[in-house]
Formats: sequence, structure tokens, C-alpha cells
Amino acid sequence: MIKWSRIVTLLIITAVIFGTVAMTGKKVAMNTTLGLDLRGGFEILYEVAPLDPKQKATKQTLQDAVHALESRVNVLGVSEPEIQAEGENRIRVRLAGVTDQQKARDLIGKPAKLTFRDAQGKILMDGGDLAENGAQGAFDQYQRPIVSLKFKDPKKFADVTQKYIGKPMAIYLDQELITAPTIQSVIPNGVAQIDGQKSIEEAKNLAAILNAGALPVQMKEVFSTSVGAKLGQEALHSGVEAGLIGTAIVLVFMMVYYRMPGVIACITLVAYIYLLMLMQNLMHATLTLPGIAAFILGIGMAVDANIIMYERIKEELRSGKSYLSAMRAGSKRSLSTILDANVTSIIGAIVLFWFGSSSIRGFAITLILSILVSLVTAVAGSRLLLNLAVRSNLFNKPGYYGVKERDIREL
Amino acid sequence: MNYNQKFDEYKLDFVKHRKKYFIVSLVLIVAGIISLLTMGLNLGVDFKSGTRVQVQIGKTFQEDEVKQIVEKTGLKTGSVTTAGDKKDMAVIQFAEPIHKDEFAKLTKAVQDKYGKNISLQESTVNPIISRELARSAVYSILIASVFIVLYITIRFEFRFAFSSILALLHNVFLVITIFSLFQIEVDLPFIAGILTIVGYSIHDNIIIFDRIRDNLKHAKLKSTQDIEDLVNYSIGQTLARSINTVLTVVICALALYIFGGESIRNFMLALIIGLIFGAYSSIFIASQIWVSWRERDFKKQKKVA
Repeated sequence: MIKWSRIVTLLIITAVIFGTVAMTGKKVAMNTTLGLDLRGGFEILYEVAPLDPKQKATKQTLQDAVHALESRVNVLGVSEPEIQAEGENRIRVRLAGVTDQQKARDLIGKPAKLTFRDAQGKILMDGGDLAENGAQGAFDQYQRPIVSLKFKDPKKFADVTQKYIGKPMAIYLDQELITAPTIQSVIPNGVAQIDGQKSIEEAKNLAAILNAGALPVQMKEVFSTSVGAKLGQEALHSGVEAGLIGTAIVLVFMMVYYRMPGVIACITLVAYIYLLMLMQNLMHATLTLPGIAAFILGIGMAVDANIIMYERIKEELRSGKSYLSAMRAGSKRSLSTILDANVTSIIGAIVLFWFGSSSIRGFAITLILSILVSLVTAVAGSRLLLNLAVRSNLFNKPGYYGVKERDIREL
Repeated sequence: MNYNQKFDEYKLDFVKHRKKYFIVSLVLIVAGIISLLTMGLNLGVDFKSGTRVQVQIGKTFQEDEVKQIVEKTGLKTGSVTTAGDKKDMAVIQFAEPIHKDEFAKLTKAVQDKYGKNISLQESTVNPIISRELARSAVYSILIASVFIVLYITIRFEFRFAFSSILALLHNVFLVITIFSLFQIEVDLPFIAGILTIVGYSIHDNIIIFDRIRDNLKHAKLKSTQDIEDLVNYSIGQTLARSINTVLTVVICALALYIFGGESIRNFMLALIIGLIFGAYSSIFIASQIWVSWRERDFKKQKKVA
């Protein structure tokens, strides 16, 4: 007897899955954070060394350098910059979606050694003398934009101003003269100002650069990669297109080869793809090109779980079991196989995450996530739906399972 | 009733010719060693110092023309090659890392020639970093292998674990062999490909070993023939799965290889080769090593008894 209530439940679940995907799928897809290889931008790895070779770089100097870089990047107004300290002496800067790459690279890449020099070019003080965040954009008493400077050691600055009173003192960022104000009087409190800025924005920019330049480190570019925005979009486009083509072929294969269970595999695969995208968004994981690859491999893994289960069910059917007990035995027995196979893959992915850098890490995260999600959809989800379908008694013919009648043995 | 009666029924005898599979793999491995010693690997900039610039020109172009533009900016090109589906992309390699100012100059020069609409991609690596990358990749594989051996030993037995790892190293080495023989460029994503192969080839082995373990529970091994029958039976049982899974994953990987764009092409190629070797070795290498080993231990036990 056909149990229609189970068929209806099955149809409702399917409708809910497809309905959710149809209504929110586009939004979820749009919310995915794209890596710089998919939307353009660049990544630079700097090696940080102290200016004074006798000094050793400490965790603190590295952290300071990260802060300095952050303030420089803020000057650019880049959204979501990623600046991370790596290991003992490295900083990785990742800026996705930067349109003016040249400007950004110039500003970030600048070693920006700040010096104060006399008319002969003799260095009187350097960035190391500036207090932390000692430069600020402000207005003077006439509402003109200025940059105010604060020094660590007021006495040193007082001495310098006393010695050079009435003379110009040039402020250099590397070899570039920024301004050369004349020292009007002895300054005892360690506070000075640079005037002549055209706007408050310009004053603030200069202050940010000075603050960054006040950092006593040298930064060397050791690795860099940049992707043009158009190339990135093209990569995204072709990656997604390839994914859709691959998935479509796999779905057709599953339906043709495994029949009714194959159709259920397709439903759970759609749920799998949707859930994986959703998880990526919730974790604010960045999708990179290798990430797309992991995504599609994840589809392979999810399909594999289904194939293992369905092959087992087919075997049980051939051995003469009823549809219900074949499904039960098949899904129960395949579970430990699927778990063992996936645990080893996760072990591989974790090691990958541990040792890999940047885009490989993204790949590993996506792979781990995809295995976890596939356990939910391809194992639990598939079992639930298959259970409903089998118990409905609508599919009580071996043909629905891709099994030939003559292969079935007597029990 | 004979316990093993069930395991006698199999259509294909995988075990019989196992020495031949070992010889085939040994020949390939020797070829790989020779190739690696004589030709080595075609390392991309990710693994040696230098800069790689990829220019999306958007129309067909002459390689010589690009070369001239580069030379005009005062840079020394290593090579200029054409890439992309529409042959509209130039890949310029520099043996020496170029400075960012030089890159800016190059960008401008290319834009002057082909218009503002081009898109550039650049990557520069310092030799220290690239050596580190290569080293960490080797460590990753070894460390992953150790953990996987531990896991399989706990869940199965040491013989399974060891056979899996041998098959895994065999797969990884053969992929490297193919890349060396055909001098395909090895870049950073290639490492990701190799590491995925590690995961997948274990995946394939586990499925068969799991079935052998399962069948062992119901079997009484009285002779080496019983062991062989059991393995043949187990492989036969999981064969449809082995083929279908490789088929579906290879379909996905192939789609990405063909339509997925330039930057993941080598990654996908490594993966496809690795997947095929993985499926092959799970049936013809890993299982066969296990059979040989098990039979040897079996004979030893017999002697003691």
C-alpha cells in the first residue's frame, strides 16, 4: 500500500530546500567575501628588521610595525585590509579590491624613515624620537590646518631648537623633503607644529605617515602578488562556471546511475552547496580560487558518501533483503566507512592548514568545512529522505534502485 | 558449511598478477628518479626567486612585441609566453625579482601599447621564502602521513596503515614524476594539489580496507588462497564505488581544468593525475602489498604452529 503522507512529507522537505535556495541563494552568494585573486588587489609579505642592526626585532616591534601599517592603510581608506604578523619577523598585508594599486603599494611599501635635518642635511633627530602616535592633524589658532608633533624627550628637542633658533629645520620622509619650517623659538615642552597644509585631510594624511615613519624598523618586500581587478573577475567567473558545469554533469550521472536514490542525492547536493556557502559567510571566510577548487572537490566527497551508501544498499538488495531492511543495513554499514575515509581527509586538511600559507589555508578551511557539511547533508540528510521514500512503498521495484531483477538472490 | 564459500565468488582476479603491477610501478618510479635527476622540475617563480607578470591583453598579440616593450623599460626578460583560452594573455618571467617601481614602469609601458583596459597580475618571490615553502610542503606530507598511519593503526591495523602510506607516497611521487617528465610548471597551488591527493588516496584505500576488514570478521583463513579470495571478493564488492567516485571527482576536476581559468590549471592537472593514480594504487598497489604481507605472516604462523 502506498503511504501518501510520506510522499507529501518528502515533497514538502524538497520544496523547502529548493524554495530557500531559490529565495536566498543569490543573496548568500553575493555576501561571500572574495579573496584578492577573485576581485583584484594585492598581497605583500614584508620582512621586518630593526633600523639599528645591533638591535633585535622583538614581538613588540613587530606589533608596532603592524599598527603603523594599519594606520598607513587607513590613509588609503581601503575596506577590510588584512595585516597580520607572521612568525618572528614578517608581516603579511592583503588588500583586496584596491583600485589604485600603484598608490597603495607606494604608500605601504615606503620604508618611511622620518628625519629632521639642518640646512646642511645633518640629521638632528629621527622618527625614533617622535612619541608614539605623536603626530596629529589639527588646526592652529587661525583655523589653518597644521600637523602637531610631540617628542618623546622634550629636553632633546629643546636643545635642538635652542641651537638652531632662527634657522630652518627640514623634515624628510626618506629622501623626500616634506616641509622646512623655521624654528621661531626654543620649544621646551617637546611639542612642535608643521604648518602650510592645504586642508585638514592633507594634515591628517601627513600625520599618519609621520606616525608610521616614527617606527624604528626597516621593511623589505620578500613576496608580493597582485591581481588586476579584471583578471580577478574573470577568474571568479570561469571558476564558478566550471563549478556549475562539473556539478551539472555529476547530478545527471547520479540520477542516471542510481535512479531514485540518485535523485535524492541531487536534492541533498543542492542543500550541501547552499549550506557550505552559508557557513563560509557566517565564518567570514574568504573565498579564493583554490577555495573554489576545494568547494568542488567537496562536492566530490559528498557524492562519494552517497555512492558508498547506495552501492551498499544495492548489495543488500541483491542479497535478497526487503527494500526497508536493505536501506537500513546499507546506510548503517556504510557509515563507519564514510567516517573513516573522511577523518583521514580532515587530518590531511588540518596539516595543510597548519603549514600552509594564505591561499592554501583558505583551501584547507573550505575542505574541512565541506567534509563536515557533507556529513550532515550527504549522510544524515540523504538517510532521512531515503527513509521517507522507501517507507512510502512507492518505489518497490528493483529498477528504481538501479538493480536488475535477475541479480537478486534468494535469501 | 564452508565459511569461505561466499568469498570464492568473484569475477575478476586482481591478486593473481600483483607482481606485474609492482613491476609497472617500480619502472615508473625509476623513470621518475632518472627524470628528476636529469631534468628536475620546472619550478615556477613560487619556488625560485624571480617575478612572474601575467598580462591580460584582451586580444591576440605577438610575443616579440611584448618582449620589446619589456626591454624598452630596461628590464631583462626571462621569457614571454602566451596563455589563456583565447590566447590573449602574456606571461612574462623575470629571473631576478623586479622592484615595484619597475613594475609600475612596466604597467605604464604595456598600457601605452595596448590601452588602459589591460589587467596585470604580478608575483615576486624571494628565494628564502620559496625554499621555506617547498620545505613546509614536504614536512606537511610527512606529518600528515604520520598522523594518518596512527589513525589507521588504531582503527584498523598496522599492515593496513603501512600499505596505505606506501601507496600514498607512490601516488605523490608519480604525480611529481609526470610533472618532471613533461616539464609542467610547478607552482604553489601544485602543493595544494599534492596535499589533496594525500587526502584522497587515503580515502580510496580506506574504502577497500574497510571492506576487507569487514569480510575478515566472517572468514576463516586456512590457506593463502583464502586470503587472496577474500581480497578479490572485497575489491570486487567495492569496485563500482571506486570507479564511480573517481569518475565523478575527475568530472569536477576536469571541468575546472578546462573552464576554471589559467591560475588553477596546473593544480587541477596534478589533481586529475593524482586521482587516477589514487584509484589505481588503492586496488593494484595498496591492497596487493597487504595481501603479500598478510600471506608472509600467515606462512610464518603456520611454521610456528
